[in-house]
Amino acid sequence: MNPTLQALGVNVRLGRRDVLHAVSLGIGAGWTALVGPNGAGKSTLLRALAGLQPLAAGQVFLNPGAAAQPLDMHRTAPAERARVLAWLAQQGEVTGELTVRETVELGRIARLGLLGAPVAADRKAVDRAMTLTESLPWQHRRLHELSGGERQRVLLARVLATEAPMLLLDEPTTHLDAPHQVALARLFRRLTHDRSAPCAVLSVLHDLPIALRADRLLVLDAGTLQADGPPTDPAVQAALVRVFGGAIHIESDAQGRPRVALALDAA
Amino acid sequence: MSTSFVATNRPGFDASATADATARRRLAAWIALAIVVGLACGLATGSTGFAPRDFWADLNGNDAALLLGQIRAPRTLGAALVGALLGLSGAVAQGVFRNPLADPYLLGSAAGAGLGVVLVLAAAALGGATVSPATAAWIERVGLVSAAFVGALAGVSLTLTLASGAVHTLRLLLAGVVIGVLLGAVSDLITVVSPDALRGKQAFMLGSTSFLGWDALALMLAGLTLLVVLAQRHARALDALTLGEDSATSLGLNLGKVRLALVLMLSLGTALAVSQAGLVAFVGLVAPHLVRRRAPGTHAWLLVASAGMGAAILLWADVISRALIAPEELPVGVVTAVLGGSYLVWLLKQRTSA
Repeated sequence: MNPTLQALGVNVRLGRRDVLHAVSLGIGAGWTALVGPNGAGKSTLLRALAGLQPLAAGQVFLNPGAAAQPLDMHRTAPAERARVLAWLAQQGEVTGELTVRETVELGRIARLGLLGAPVAADRKAVDRAMTLTESLPWQHRRLHELSGGERQRVLLARVLATEAPMLLLDEPTTHLDAPHQVALARLFRRLTHDRSAPCAVLSVLHDLPIALRADRLLVLDAGTLQADGPPTDPAVQAALVRVFGGAIHIESDAQGRPRVALALDAA
Repeated sequence: MSTSFVATNRPGFDASATADATARRRLAAWIALAIVVGLACGLATGSTGFAPRDFWADLNGNDAALLLGQIRAPRTLGAALVGALLGLSGAVAQGVFRNPLADPYLLGSAAGAGLGVVLVLAAAALGGATVSPATAAWIERVGLVSAAFVGALAGVSLTLTLASGAVHTLRLLLAGVVIGVLLGAVSDLITVVSPDALRGKQAFMLGSTSFLGWDALALMLAGLTLLVVLAQRHARALDALTLGEDSATSLGLNLGKVRLALVLMLSLGTALAVSQAGLVAFVGLVAPHLVRRRAPGTHAWLLVASAGMGAAILLWADVISRALIAPEELPVGVVTAVLGGSYLVWLLKQRTSA
């Protein structure tokens, strides 16, 4: 039933530089956070997994769940991919003349194609996506009238409106204030633990306190996967401290949950 | 997404939705009015300038069929159709390049059409010595339209070939610039060899509605209808492109194909307009701007409204070009350039003072 994404020996070359070296991983239902320092190749990996970035070597397969055939993400028609996987861009390069509702409705193109006429179910999906991201109250405002954080929530709603089971989100917490960061973490938990239709969420995150609440952490550095496991795994925590060059401390609180702090006092 | 979410699904926020719809309806009404009044003024503008009083006399005069039926009506309606084609092409261009400064002439169609015209003029001047003057005149008349049309499409085809398709926007724009410069250089070279072609080329570059006849109108109307239908079918793709190219792809669009289809549409619209009326400046750039400023919306609205706005602008520009220094005429392209340029200057002032 659960969607799974499988990457096998993925290599990506941008210009003359190898950005990803033989990355292999599997993503299943649940919330996975992808972390690593700047330039580690996180966004490129996400684009490669979404089928948006051509590979120098390797393959990416997506199994949408049930008895479906796995799809090779780089050989499947975009229309077919769009029904099972949604991708959120890192920085919204949105021109911003559409209203919030019109923008979220674009997510339904993944289901309807360019010519399909929206029916009640489509409107419901759009309403639900806006409700989940708390953007419903200003659904008729234009994107360029919104703050960065508000816009980010609208773009997230656009992704949710596709109703794809696999969500790849590039820094969804950018521009969000603390309450909405917390709300977003809760939303991911809710989406991935929904019994009727569990989603798989893979999100690139810079906010380590949020990333440490994910079910699983992928640590990427210099284009290779350094660690993969639950945030409580000491090996994962050690890798995290290492790739951030000792700029962070990770400690466990009374419940055994990891907490992260910037090592500002260390000389 | 917060736990404290309460149902805010109350109808209070519908005010801005209806405000948007009202703005669009109002603009549509204004455009329709401008077109109707523009058509009436166009029919009432003759060699004595804008003369509504003489219109009744013209209508009952002996030459009514010739004057109104064969000269004023086709050129007035033609101006509207050319404007609509340019407005639509401009809206498609700005959508597909995600740039409010994109213009329908961007991809080499202007330079291609110019070269086609120069080639025919030079050939006619050259052949004028050997064939009868009547034949040469016929070649010039019929040949110019087809040459401009073929030239415009050839220019875009060269651009698409150089950019190896429409997959990369930047490459496409660069190729358009390169082809524009190259074809322009070839036409300049030909006008040096055959100076007679220069005059004709200049008239073409400035744009004119004076050669429009009923057959040209039928052709443009058919083209416009086809393009509006095709563009409407791609309106949601243009909406999706506002999210960025990768996001549009992730929504299931085959961007290479969609963009190619849109580029072909805007090229066909531009080629039709240019071949019948020459290079009318600024309408394709300004019409979508005016629509977006007054009543923004999705492309399903934007495309049609831009076509209407283009028609209204060129109708009025045509009336002005005929009335201002009657019985002489200004080239309509000069009028649109002045009007469009002034509008952009005004827009810049607004932006900087705001």
